[in-house]
Amino acid sequence: MDPEKLITILTSRLGIAVQSMDAMKNDDLMIVVDKKHLITAAGTLKNDPALGFSTLMNHLGVDYGDSMAVIYNLYSPALKQKVTVKVYLDRDNPEVPSLERAFRGIDWFERETYDLFGIRFIGHGNLKRLLLPEDWDGHPLRKDYVYPALYNGIETARIDMMNETDEAGEPHV
Amino acid sequence: MLERFNMVNRLSPDANMVLTTVDKAVNLARANSLWYLLMGLACCSIELMQTGGPRADIDRFGSLFRATPRQSDLMIVAGTVTLKMAPRLRLLYDQMAEPKYVIAMGSCANCGGPFDLSYSVLRGVDKIIPVDVYLPGCPPRPEALTEALIKVQEKIKKEKYFLKKEG
Repeated sequence: MDPEKLITILTSRLGIAVQSMDAMKNDDLMIVVDKKHLITAAGTLKNDPALGFSTLMNHLGVDYGDSMAVIYNLYSPALKQKVTVKVYLDRDNPEVPSLERAFRGIDWFERETYDLFGIRFIGHGNLKRLLLPEDWDGHPLRKDYVYPALYNGIETARIDMMNETDEAGEPHV
Repeated sequence: MLERFNMVNRLSPDANMVLTTVDKAVNLARANSLWYLLMGLACCSIELMQTGGPRADIDRFGSLFRATPRQSDLMIVAGTVTLKMAPRLRLLYDQMAEPKYVIAMGSCANCGGPFDLSYSVLRGVDKIIPVDVYLPGCPPRPEALTEALIKVQEKIKKEKYFLKKEG
């Protein structure tokens, strides 16, 4: 389907939930959705007969340093079209509604995002760490993560190198 | 053959008898029945399976896998040890009966390898269990693992088994 045509349909169906919508270079759409309207927007994208974005291909979290975001990659087998749904979050209190009701398969994706970024998914039935041990301290993929020297008495990483930054303030590794 | 294992037939040729020390005989038996724990942590375990397969065939050295630590003499740490896995690995080691030996197989088990600067990887399995043979490589070839096994056998053959302190 022509991206311009899809943008028209999506704008009419999603309404106020959309903050911005752009076609990306590969003809996919990037939709930035307001956090408050995420669940209704996801329900519309999935269940609307004209859209049918029923396949959740991927879910991930991003830490931009000053803000955070969660990203959902959806695919519509009927339209043969992909959309990227993005929700910006407040970095001090990263909370977003869980999409577990709409897409059952997102269960472990959201647990992994919670594990590595500390983004809390409100309404998730079993929100605990997926990869790291349950007594782990902190969320390692956050920009402000401080590498621990010890884990249960075991010496961990080379924290002298890992916590260093260069002149621009960027971490070495 | 007999000279190789320091056994000498000092009696008449038709005596059908061999003299040796108890240590030598016991060590010979122990070295040629090194059963290793069936445990793989990462991609090194693929090479470990190859080593047990028909081409490298470490069954020739009396070494075969056991699926329980209680029947194993040798632990081959084949792969990356994460911090989450480290206490479980130590538990498996503690469940093995004395005398027990450890081969740290591959760069990850030796020192962390390519995950040296990761937040979640143990930098060397020797931080939690004692290691007998360090085997470099990423991953080591089956020939290299066979060599490491022979090194453990050499170590066993030199031991004073009945004087060895446990632990």
